[in-house]
Amino acid sequence: MQIKSLLSALALTTAMTLPGYAMARQVTLTTHLNNYGGNGAYLAIYVTDSSGAYAGSLWMAGGRAQYYRHLGDWMRYTGGNTGEVAGITGASVGSGGSLKLSVDLADKLFDAGYTLHIDAAAENMRESPNEVHVPLTTKGAGKAINGRRYISDFTYSF
Amino acid sequence: MIRTLHRWPGLIAAAFLIILALSGMALSVFPALEVASSPSAVAQQSVGDLATMVLKQHPTVEQIKRAPSGRITAWWFDGNTPGSAVVDPATGQDVGNADPNPVEQWLINLHRSLFLDDNGRIVMAVAAAAMLVLALSGALLVTRRVGGWRNWFTRLRGPQAGRLHSELARVAVPVLVLSALTALWMSASTFNLLPTDEANAAFPTAVSGQTGFAPDQIAALRETPVSALRDLTFPAAGDAQDVFTLTTSTGMGYLDQGNGQTLGWADNGPWAQAYEWIYLLHTGQGAALWGLILGLMVLSVPVLAVTGMLTWAKGRRGRPRLRGMVAAARAQTVILVGSEGGSTWGFATTLAQALQAGGQSVHMAALNSFAPDSYRTAERIVVMSATWGDGTAPTSARGALERLATATPTVPMTILGFGDSSFPDFCGYARSFEAMAREKGWQLLLPEARIDRASPQEFARWGLAFGQEIGLPLELHHQPAMPKIKALTLVSRRDYGEAVQAPAAILRFALPKVGLWDRLMGRDMGRFQAGDLLGIVPEGAKVPRYYSLASSTADGFAEIVARKHPGGLCSGQLMALQPGDNVQAFIRVNPDFHPDKGTTPLILIGAGTGIGPLSGFIRNQGARRPVHLWFGARHPDTDLFYGKELSDWSDRGWLSGLSTAFSRSGKRHYVQDALHHDAEALRELISIGARIMVCGGREMAHGVQAALAEILEPIGVSAAALKSEGRYVEDVY
Repeated sequence: MQIKSLLSALALTTAMTLPGYAMARQVTLTTHLNNYGGNGAYLAIYVTDSSGAYAGSLWMAGGRAQYYRHLGDWMRYTGGNTGEVAGITGASVGSGGSLKLSVDLADKLFDAGYTLHIDAAAENMRESPNEVHVPLTTKGAGKAINGRRYISDFTYSF
Repeated sequence: MIRTLHRWPGLIAAAFLIILALSGMALSVFPALEVASSPSAVAQQSVGDLATMVLKQHPTVEQIKRAPSGRITAWWFDGNTPGSAVVDPATGQDVGNADPNPVEQWLINLHRSLFLDDNGRIVMAVAAAAMLVLALSGALLVTRRVGGWRNWFTRLRGPQAGRLHSELARVAVPVLVLSALTALWMSASTFNLLPTDEANAAFPTAVSGQTGFAPDQIAALRETPVSALRDLTFPAAGDAQDVFTLTTSTGMGYLDQGNGQTLGWADNGPWAQAYEWIYLLHTGQGAALWGLILGLMVLSVPVLAVTGMLTWAKGRRGRPRLRGMVAAARAQTVILVGSEGGSTWGFATTLAQALQAGGQSVHMAALNSFAPDSYRTAERIVVMSATWGDGTAPTSARGALERLATATPTVPMTILGFGDSSFPDFCGYARSFEAMAREKGWQLLLPEARIDRASPQEFARWGLAFGQEIGLPLELHHQPAMPKIKALTLVSRRDYGEAVQAPAAILRFALPKVGLWDRLMGRDMGRFQAGDLLGIVPEGAKVPRYYSLASSTADGFAEIVARKHPGGLCSGQLMALQPGDNVQAFIRVNPDFHPDKGTTPLILIGAGTGIGPLSGFIRNQGARRPVHLWFGARHPDTDLFYGKELSDWSDRGWLSGLSTAFSRSGKRHYVQDALHHDAEALRELISIGARIMVCGGREMAHGVQAALAEILEPIGVSAAALKSEGRYVEDVY
């Protein structure tokens, strides 16, 4: 249930805010991919709390659940439960492409030890769990973080 | 029904099937390339040993994978730089680039989705389904055509495009069915239409929290052979909560990095196991040789698509237009045509035109449009139908029998069957149609009328009889498109018989050169073998003369033996022919006079120019079965055709027995006398199943039959019985 109280909702679906978390802000997540030269990459974007425990998913780029097992860390946290990404799933992201998301995130998530992670994988290529991991802070907003294999840079901004 | 099921998916999906096949064929090579370029596996190596090797070279390794081909790939990070390589399992050293081959990936995307993602995948899955329907319906059609599964590989006849289509399909169809089925399975899996039961062990809730247990100390890794490995993922550096993740051919689980214990394991379910086999069968990944076989077989698809469309187009073109035709409701005579290749339409048109010339109004249509109620002014219905395979309806007659079964008899009907009496069930479809019409109470004019092998003479005779029936003199001059007449050039001639005032010659003609396209379109002469007939149209005449061929297509020339007949137009022209001169000629197959496929002895009996086809039989049968020749000529010095070859063939063992009789020398023997002389040998040959083939003049053939009847009488075999069994055949002129 934590996910539902944590995340108000995604702007892409509904712009709803849950009771008790009236204070939320719209955050833009921008992911640019390298020209890694393969088929579209699957990306799982999710958040862990200060203790390292899974807190919830923000987005799944890639529609086929049978391939989620290549997103190792996300699988480990969720057991592959597609309910975690129901309604927040989109297409995989092509080589050299980019993904821009608008999400409403609760103020409480910032400067409280939460970390945003991205797992990435593409067909017949390396699996790259935890490709990006960036603490959610107000100061860190707008600063580009480099990925390891697929993601050239990732930015969250208000 | 089955033909519709074969035709429309074929025509619609042809382009997609060609793309599927060509890309699939190209892809089939990659598994073999991968095996050839990968370092060989180490026998008995455990995953623990392999991991240790790789760790030595790349301390920051994150993942080791084994492809079905046996290729081992490792991924690691040097600082922030991702690295990967194909590694040699024997040393752990890098031996090659691990990036997927871009060409292969491009081909895969084309093959499965036309680069159109899910929409493309659906299109290609539908194409695969079309291929399945085509393969299965095609198999049924072939079975029907050859008369049962047991005759699956029997010899086929007919125009080149159609024959090539069936011949290729017979070989490729099992692989095409398999490819289509596995493709559909894989598509269903991609679209999540199949249950997923791939192992998915729950991530352990508690770990030792320790690190540093070496892979070769971990029992699970020591016990798992590399051959069963799919994937080994190492714990993330610096994360004591992380674990080893091991995936094998049977399942997956987690291993503690601090004490090596297995923290959870799950096995693949039956669907996941089945998928591994389906994947292997479809892609050849993990079975490279199978992949190559697949690719080779799939190469038949473009050829099948093109020949299939040509056959279809040809069938359509074969249907002529009748000038001055009236609507079915206003015609006095309705002609209904059941045609497969189109030749019956030709006969129907001839009849229609003759009726029109006699002042009749005529409607001509396909037999499948049979609707007697709508023929309001009709005085008669003429059904002209060929037969397909073993008595099935030809294309344009599909469904007609069913319509007939439910129709009420109206005006008189006449049924004319077209067929080839050398096939079993001569005019089978016309007979069924006639039987049904009789049963339903139709009045039948000229019952059981049949035309054998498109004979214009028989057709003309039928026309006379039919004209009398309807009170209209009918002269039917049908020129069956004397097809594929080609100019043949004489390349050599060997002359005989001048001394006995009976000039004769062995004439050898070069075959015209024909391109592949023309051959597929049926614009070549057609294939022939010794015993078939060469029709020669002499200058100044329209009717061809037939000569038995002494050679086959494979010989690369057409050879005949001809004798000059006093006053003979054609033989006179042939005798005057000099190398470089041309004749107008065509092939007519003569399946009755072909040697069978068996290995029992052949008894060849001939006289004079009748040696022609027999010499061809010795050439192509002599090496595989005993061949005995009894040959009659006038004089050894004048007309012993193929004299030199005969002794060569004896020396080579192609002729097990050679007996000659000369009617104008020495004892004046005829070939019958030679048979009597060898009576004992002949009886022995017949008793072990020998087959008799006789070629020559009519009188000689009668004499030979009488002699054989006498010779075989003591062993209780009659010549007539042998003939009815097909063991005694003649080509007589």
